[in-house]
Amino acid sequence: MTYIGNNNDHLLEVKNLNVEFPSVHGSVHAVRDISFKMGHEKIAIVGESGSGKSQTGRAILGLSPGNVTAEKLFFDGVDLQGLSARDYREIRGKRISMVMQDPKYSLNPVMTVGKQMIEACQIQMKVSKKQAISRCIEMLEAVRIRNPQRVFNTYPHEVSGGMGQRIMIAMMLLSSPDLLIADEPTSALDVTVQLQVLAIMDDLVKERGMGLILISHDLPLVASFCDRILVMYAGRIVEELEASKLDQAQHPYTKGLLSCLPNNAIKGQPIATLQRQDSWLDGTLNAQGKLI
Amino acid sequence: MTDPKIPAITINDLSIHFGSGDELVKAVDHVSFTVPAQQSFGLVGESGSGKSTILRALAGLNTHCDGQMLLEGESLQSARSKAFYKKVQMVFQDPYASLHPRHTIDKILAEPLAIHGFKNTEQRIAKVMEQVALPNKFRFRYPHQLSGGQRQRVAIARALILEPKILLLDEPTSALDVSIQAEILNLLNQLREELSLTYILVSHDLAVVSYMCEQIAVMQHGKLVELLQVDQQGKTDAKDPYTLQLNLASKGYDRAVIEQFIDHD
Ligand SMILES: Nc1ncnc2c1ncn2[C@@H]1O[C@H](COP(=O)(O)OP(=O)(O)OP(=O)(O)O)[C@@H](O)[C@H]1O
Ligand SMILES: Nc1ncnc2c1ncn2[C@@H]1O[C@H](COP(=O)(O)OP(=O)(O)OP(=O)(O)O)[C@@H](O)[C@H]1O
Ligand SMILES: [Mg+2]
Ligand SMILES: [Mg+2]
Repeated sequence: MTYIGNNNDHLLEVKNLNVEFPSVHGSVHAVRDISFKMGHEKIAIVGESGSGKSQTGRAILGLSPGNVTAEKLFFDGVDLQGLSARDYREIRGKRISMVMQDPKYSLNPVMTVGKQMIEACQIQMKVSKKQAISRCIEMLEAVRIRNPQRVFNTYPHEVSGGMGQRIMIAMMLLSSPDLLIADEPTSALDVTVQLQVLAIMDDLVKERGMGLILISHDLPLVASFCDRILVMYAGRIVEELEASKLDQAQHPYTKGLLSCLPNNAIKGQPIATLQRQDSWLDGTLNAQGKLI
Repeated sequence: MTDPKIPAITINDLSIHFGSGDELVKAVDHVSFTVPAQQSFGLVGESGSGKSTILRALAGLNTHCDGQMLLEGESLQSARSKAFYKKVQMVFQDPYASLHPRHTIDKILAEPLAIHGFKNTEQRIAKVMEQVALPNKFRFRYPHQLSGGQRQRVAIARALILEPKILLLDEPTSALDVSIQAEILNLLNQLREELSLTYILVSHDLAVVSYMCEQIAVMQHGKLVELLQVDQQGKTDAKDPYTLQLNLASKGYDRAVIEQFIDHD
């Protein structure tokens, strides 16, 4: 089964999104005039630590603690900015889900994993407790948790880092969302489980037409997994590329990132580092790949 | 100076179990290895295979373990002394959970200095902040006001500030973009050389451990399945099927490869 939909029908449209944190020490402009459109596809957001990737995801979900403004923030024809708090909650969790960067922090430390999952499942899907349990176990198995029954009865501090991440992913996929924003969802997983978890997401995109925004630091991984890559630097998108053409990146920041991979480093010698340029702070690329 | 011939860390037949009955987890199952002084020792393997549990046990955070742990040839007692934490510091996998949410970065970094009676607090904080490439203005922010990578750098700075001899690093760079990762790895290598440090480095990134370490232990289900020597070129001679599968998986997303994965139970 393959999802047959028009890939151009825009699942998400973001135009000139800004997130700002006012403060007495001068405001932090975390996201600056970000614009992108996406369909039922896999896009990656990569970029500098602190460049605004997580805040972009949170803003789409209506969960940013900062001041959010946008010319357009449309999800499947719905103007997200016009939603009441109640309608936003309704969309969040059911139609748009986000796997947060700090999985254990998003879990309630004093409630067992199973109880939290069942609760989430019942809110999202309006099913009986029994149905919720079997759905949760099924999802834990899908993300390769070896003994779901045991994990069900554990508290968050009793699971490993990678298990915590998989629990969050399982929880976010319970209701089969239309858009999944996954913030570093596999950074604590060993490489085999990482690929297996990505394969689950890939199936949801291909078979059910889910849209996926994958925030990641792993350039080789997103190049092989995603359709498109947005590169962020200091709150802006500085370059947008087809994933398979990452090696043809034009922006000096993207090229610099590729040179910092430990894969290319020689043992005993320092890894190449990045000389950041002030011009990147406001630099975007024109169609010819030249800095404007 | 300690005798470089005495291993920094020796683990002998270490076992750590949680729960009982049906829910018994052999998180660490008869593991032994030796980390020579001034070496960088990598720990990789399956998620949930016991890597963090071993580091936590070394740091004295898991008290119910069987077997023996030696620090510079001396058996570790279950209660760790203040002197121990001056010598051994750990960077936790979950930086958010390990940073006090109501303390500013400045306070988080000043606290270990106060506990261990260090003077020149101001100078030392400024120095580690620079080492981990965090601008000074972050000193007066709270952890929730930082990005994931910035928080991780605070966690690394807090471990470095006491100038320990042994660092237990649990996924220290997995939350960092590759440019900051490169800076941190270079810093760790430079410090190791200058200060003769010893590292145990847990990472799922095989390129990182091959670049950083002289030996790599591969873990699965609480067991050490293979101990690899890394040569000058950063190459290893893996034979265990699980290790070979890990190597294959690190080459990127490939559906055909994934279908071939087997659970090495
Ligand atoms: N509550 C806050 N108050 C002030 N500044 C904040 C707050 N939350 C985030 N920031 C700042 O906003 C910027 C963007 O943060 P964000 O978390 O989006 O970064 P990121 O790209 O996800 O980075 P990482 O890869 O390290 O997770 C950072 O510089 C961060 O310090
Ligand atoms: N306090 C605890 N109570 C019960 N079980 C625990 C506890 N701490 C760890 N475990 C279990 O021990 C096993 C090993 O966990 P550990 O955190 O050491 O794995 P890991 O190798 O670090 O994995 P990851 O790469 O995912 O971080 C897991 O099955 C985990 O659920
Ligand atoms: Mg982030
Ligand atoms: Mg761990």
